[in-house]
Amino acid sequence: MSDTIITVENLSKKYLVGHQSASQSRANYTALRDVIGREIRNVARKTVDVVRGRQIVQGDEVEEFWALKDVSFEIRRGEVLGIIGRNGAGKSTLLKILSRITEPTRGRVTLRGRVASLLEVGTGFHPELTGRENIFLNGAILGMSRVEIKRKFDEIVAFAEVEKFLDAPVKHFSSGMYVRLAFAVAAHLEPEILVVDEVLAVGDIDFQEKCLGKMRAVSGEGRTVIFVSHNMAAIRTLCRAGLLLGEGQVLFQGSASEAITTYLAHSSVSTGSVWLRPDSLALPEIGFEKISISVVGVQPRLKLVCEINMRCRTPAPPSFVAVDIRDQTLSVIMQAVPHTEPFISSNIGMTNIIVEILLPPLIPGVYTADFWVGYHYTETIDYIPCALSFQVVDSPSTGRTYPHTIDHGSIVPLAEVLTCCHKGDGASDIIGVEWEAAAC
Amino acid sequence: MEDVIVIEPGRHERNYWIDLWRYRELFRVLAWRDLAVRYKQTVIGVAWAVVRPLLTMVVFTVIFGRIAKLPSDGSVPYPLMVFAGMLPWTFFATGLSEASNSLVNNANLISKVYFPRLIVPTATVVVAFVDFLITFAMLALLMAWYRVLPGWRMLVLPGFVVLAVVASMGPALWITALNVRYRDFRYVIPFIVQFGLYVSPVGFSSIVVPEEWRLLYSMNPMVGVIDGFRWCILGGQAQLYPPGFAASVLVAGFFLWFGIHRFRSTEKSFADLI
Repeated sequence: MSDTIITVENLSKKYLVGHQSASQSRANYTALRDVIGREIRNVARKTVDVVRGRQIVQGDEVEEFWALKDVSFEIRRGEVLGIIGRNGAGKSTLLKILSRITEPTRGRVTLRGRVASLLEVGTGFHPELTGRENIFLNGAILGMSRVEIKRKFDEIVAFAEVEKFLDAPVKHFSSGMYVRLAFAVAAHLEPEILVVDEVLAVGDIDFQEKCLGKMRAVSGEGRTVIFVSHNMAAIRTLCRAGLLLGEGQVLFQGSASEAITTYLAHSSVSTGSVWLRPDSLALPEIGFEKISISVVGVQPRLKLVCEINMRCRTPAPPSFVAVDIRDQTLSVIMQAVPHTEPFISSNIGMTNIIVEILLPPLIPGVYTADFWVGYHYTETIDYIPCALSFQVVDSPSTGRTYPHTIDHGSIVPLAEVLTCCHKGDGASDIIGVEWEAAAC
Repeated sequence: MEDVIVIEPGRHERNYWIDLWRYRELFRVLAWRDLAVRYKQTVIGVAWAVVRPLLTMVVFTVIFGRIAKLPSDGSVPYPLMVFAGMLPWTFFATGLSEASNSLVNNANLISKVYFPRLIVPTATVVVAFVDFLITFAMLALLMAWYRVLPGWRMLVLPGFVVLAVVASMGPALWITALNVRYRDFRYVIPFIVQFGLYVSPVGFSSIVVPEEWRLLYSMNPMVGVIDGFRWCILGGQAQLYPPGFAASVLVAGFFLWFGIHRFRSTEKSFADLI
C-alpha cells in the first residue's frame, strides 16, 4: 500500500541576516560623531526589536534571506528519497523543518509517522562519559527507551567494533571510533521515517560501506528513508526517488538517476565542448589555452578527438599529455596517455596537438574529460579537471533493448559466446544446443 | 493508531503533553548525565556530594553557633534555624541559576534533535533536587546533634518541597526562554540570586519584619517556602503567618503558569536563535 507518508505544501523559511554597512562608507566615516551616530541607531533598532518581540540581529542593516521558497513534494510510504543540491540549496533547512527542530515561515508539512533524524553524528555525546554511558545517553536523546537500548546493546557494540574501549571516556577515542560508535547507535533506531543528513562525509571507506549497508537494510524493512548526501554514488545505490534543490526551490523531482544527471548538468562541470583558459587561472611554463573535443564514429568504435592548443611561456624540458575520462558520477574510469615519452617541445609560443582516443564500448551517458600535461608521471605542469563533457547516445551492444545502468559499470567489453554444450543423453536435443555444465 | 503531525507556522502542538510523556525517559537521562559528569576524573568521586554539604554544615555550626551568637526563633539553636532556611534557598538558587542557562548550554542538542524543550530546564531542577536530598540528610544529622526531635509537622514537608520546586521552575522557565533570545539575562540571574538572599529569611527569621511590610515581603515566594520549612522542621518553635504564606503560594503559582506560557510560545524559535 503506497500511501503518502509526508506531504510538503508551499514550504518557505526566512532568516534575518545582518550586514555591516559597506566597508567603504565605514572607512570614510570614522569620525567619532559618525561612529556614535551609527551605534545609537543600532541600539535604537535593537530596542524596537525587543519591544516588538522580534529577533535582534547584529549589524547595521538587516536583510531577509529565504532559505526555502515554496517547496512542495510528496513522499510515499516505504520510499527511499535522495535529496541533492549544491551547498546552500536549503537541504539541511528542509530536514530541520521535517524533524520539527525549527518552524517554517510559511507553508505546511503533514507527517503520518514518527520521524527519527540523524542530522549530526554523535549528538549529545559527552566527552567525559565512557562509551557505554554515551550509548545510553545518545540512544535516549534519539528517542530509544532504556529497555530498547539494553536489548540492542551488544549489536551496537559489535557494529561499532569498540569492545575494547567501551569503558574509556569518549574523549580518548580516535575520531574514527567516535564516528563509528555514534553511527552505530543511530543505525539501530527503528523509526517509521528515517532522516539522514550527510553523515557519510566523515569516516573511512569501511565505515562508509557499513553505513550504506545498514541503510540498505533499513530501507529493505519497508521504512521510509530521506537521505541527503553529496556522494552521488551512494545516492544512486540507495535511493530510487530523487529531489534536486537549488537556492531554496525544487529544481527537479523524479527518479534518483535523473535527478543526479540534472544536478551534474547544472553544475559547472559540464561546460560543453570547447574550453578556454579563464583569465583567473595562472599560466605555468606550459599550459592549456584552448581545448575542443568531438565524438566521431559509431558504437562500439567511437573516437574522441581532442584539439588542444597549448602555450609555452618559458623554455622548459619536453613534456607529454594525458587525458582522464570520468563517468556520470565523476569517478575516473580510464586514462589515455597517447605518447608515453615527452614529446612536446617547449619553444615559446603556441603548440597545437590533436589527440585521438579510441574509446572502449561505453554505455550511453554523459562523460567528462580531464586534461593533464607534465614532464613525468609525478611532475605535473598543468592540470584541468572536468574541463569538457561529451555525450554517448547509442548503446554499444547491438540489439539490446533494456537500458544500461551505471550500476553495472560504464564499459561494456566486447564478448562473444564460443561454445554452449549440453551434457545429456543426446536424444532430447531440442535446439541442437549443448550445455557443458562445468565450463559454462 | 496513526499519529498525524501537522507542522505549520504558529501552530501549537495539541499533543505537546503527550509528547512530554513519551519523552519522559529524557528527564532522567539528562539529569543523570549532569550528575555523572560532575565527579568524573576525581579521586574521591561521589563522596564530594556528601563532603561539601557536610563541611558547610560544620562551618555553620562553628561560626553561627560559637562565634556569632545571633537571636533565633524560640529556643532553637541559631545554626539549626539558618540551616533549615539555607536548605530550600540553596535548592531554589541552584535550580534557578542552572535552569536559566540550561538551554544555551545544551545548544548542540536543541539545534540537532527534536524533543519537547521543557525537559531541559526541568532536568536541571532534578539535579538541584538531588543535591537538596543530600543536604537534607545533613540537616537530619544536625538535628540529631542538637537533639531537636521532628514533630508531626514533618509529614507536611513534602508539600513545601513541591512549593519550592514550583517557586524555582516558574521564573527559571521564563528567564531561560528569554536568555535564548537576549543573552543579557545570563548576567541578570546572579544578581537576582544575590539580592534574593538578603530579601529572603535565610539569615534572619521572618519575625523581625515589621507588620506593615509583612504582606509585601511575602510576595517573595521563597518567604513562604522557607517559613514553611522552618515551621515543619523546628516544631512549635517557628511560626507561620497565614496571609503571607497564601501570598507566596499565589505568586509562585502565577510565575509557574506565566513561565510555562512564555516558554511554550517562544519554543519554536529556539533552534534558530541558539
